[in-house]
Amino acid sequence: MRKLLRAREAALALIIAGLVGLITLRAPVFLSMGSLDTIVTDGAILSMMALVQMLAILTRGIDLSVSANMALTGMVVALLSRAHPDMAVGLTMALALGLGLLLGAINGVLIAYVRIPPIVVTLGTMSVFRGLVFQVSGGAWVNAHEMGPGFIGFPTARLFGLTSIVWIAALVILIGWAFLAHVRKGRELYALGGNPVAARYVGIDDTHNLMLVYAIIGLVAGLCGYLWVARYAVAYTEIALGFELNTVAACVIGGVGMAGGRGSVLGCLLGALFLVIIFNALPIIDVSPFWQQAISGFVILAAVILNSRGDRPLGKLILRRTEAAPVAGAAS
Amino acid sequence: MSVKLHFGKLAAATILAAASVLGASLAARADDVRIAMVVKNLGNGFFDAAHEGGEEAIKALPGAKLIYTGPTTPTAEGQIDIINSLIAQNVNAIVISANDPDALVPVAKKAMARGITVMSFDAGVAPAGRVFQLNPSKADLIGRKQIEMAAKTLGGKGEIAILSATAQATNQNIWIAEMKKVLAEPAYKDLKLVDVVYGDDQSDKSYREAIGLFRKHPDLKAIIAPTTVGITASAKAVTDQKLVGKVFVTGLGLPSEMAGHVHSGAVDTFAIWNPIDLGYTATYAAFQLATKKATGAPNSTIEVGRMKSIAIDASGEAAMSEPYVFDKTNVDKFAKIF
Repeated sequence: MRKLLRAREAALALIIAGLVGLITLRAPVFLSMGSLDTIVTDGAILSMMALVQMLAILTRGIDLSVSANMALTGMVVALLSRAHPDMAVGLTMALALGLGLLLGAINGVLIAYVRIPPIVVTLGTMSVFRGLVFQVSGGAWVNAHEMGPGFIGFPTARLFGLTSIVWIAALVILIGWAFLAHVRKGRELYALGGNPVAARYVGIDDTHNLMLVYAIIGLVAGLCGYLWVARYAVAYTEIALGFELNTVAACVIGGVGMAGGRGSVLGCLLGALFLVIIFNALPIIDVSPFWQQAISGFVILAAVILNSRGDRPLGKLILRRTEAAPVAGAAS
Repeated sequence: MSVKLHFGKLAAATILAAASVLGASLAARADDVRIAMVVKNLGNGFFDAAHEGGEEAIKALPGAKLIYTGPTTPTAEGQIDIINSLIAQNVNAIVISANDPDALVPVAKKAMARGITVMSFDAGVAPAGRVFQLNPSKADLIGRKQIEMAAKTLGGKGEIAILSATAQATNQNIWIAEMKKVLAEPAYKDLKLVDVVYGDDQSDKSYREAIGLFRKHPDLKAIIAPTTVGITASAKAVTDQKLVGKVFVTGLGLPSEMAGHVHSGAVDTFAIWNPIDLGYTATYAAFQLATKKATGAPNSTIEVGRMKSIAIDASGEAAMSEPYVFDKTNVDKFAKIF
């Protein structure tokens, strides 16, 4: 089982290497330091959001409101920065995290306690949050010169050669990995997604876990909302429109099972990396804009097909860690 | 028997009530001239300013009412839904900035068949779907102005690229075609257009396209972005890649959105027509058409208050003036207005 996982991620890594090779053949500049730096910075937000999206998918859910949460939080902190340009970056981030958490908790309560399916809840809150962006901003933009210099400068400020947005992503991913691999709550998410009934029998409480999942997603989405707005130095009503689908795509490419209970942090990161490479390569290699969307869709589909081969025999896993147990053995 | 009687009374009461409601609505229609301004999308500073101009026109027109509306994302589907609901509300005139020139024709025809005056401004509806189209400026003037700005900043020579909205955006494609015509003139023979890319009016995609331009064309000297999201994203990309002074961004943008980038040095000059005047003129003209004070037929003129009069050409289009250029000397003053 573990070997198989490794093989899946190795296969994806190979696909990415092949892709980079092909792009570089066509446009050698793609492998320059400057270009790689841009890609890493560009991938920071997507990899963080894909990671938390994976938490929802692991528990057989999905969060479609992530980009709307980012837009609302981003707009609110941008408005605050306009009113108080000297606000400390630490405070801005704390406010973004807090507001994001609040929005995520709304999803959490509706999903975990009111028991409405996640896709319905987050589809609804997506519209609500987007609507609120109009409400708080009056539909107007917050522009570069209206935000504080610290507010805009922070995400692209450099520490040991890399932008701070990359360091933040690294930290979030490290915490995410530790949580999913070594914390009991994290392991419980796999169990819940793998077989909710069995998980309940062994005493895993899905209410608390689901609440936790959507709260974490909100928390990280809030942070990313600030980073997005500051990075592009503009807050408008359509911030990150459609971005939620990129986070889901990154998960699917990375081998996260949509049926729940299956997925790794590494796979998810590779999925995000794959997408970011495509997004950044298409402008460099001369492709007609009419083809670009079709090409990215086709390449994503191809990666998913290659990646999902051999998935089916997995059957019902109860706990990933119990793969040596007779039940799991019998199933495969 | 008594039940039947009740029904009879009820029916009579209902008919009476319906008649009085109908009468009231007829009376309201006689008093008011309701003009609906349907914009490409809400939350767009340009249209907010046009809305302001529309409100100004309404104040000068007795009995006129303005309904400002539009979809939240710039799609033709969203506009079709809105126009259908405006037809149901029986407004007197609809003024549209179209997300797609052809997709809106059937619903616009439906509105006209119900006696509603339909005209377009900013981005036009195809001729079959409107009385006339009010252009903010002339496409050739807009194209020329952008090339002139790039030429002035670069001293007349160097590689330039265009970063547009979507590849099928009506306005942008016409302007790009005009820019290419101007570039063919001997005066601009040293300006070399090396690429046209599309940022889809999303900040992340526009930003990536701008970076892609720097990578593909190391000698690039200027990006012309005839769209507001594109021009701000390009300017941010120039700043982030430390190319200020090497690559200049120009194009069309709003002063309030561009002020920061002008001061950072990424943008030397940019231009835009006056959206307040545009909204004022469009609303005023719609009122004149709806109240039969003008026909809007080709080769006619319409009186439009403080903007004097507009002349409609043989193809059913009217145009306002050439775009106004902003730089660091005047951007702050206008940034407070729109």
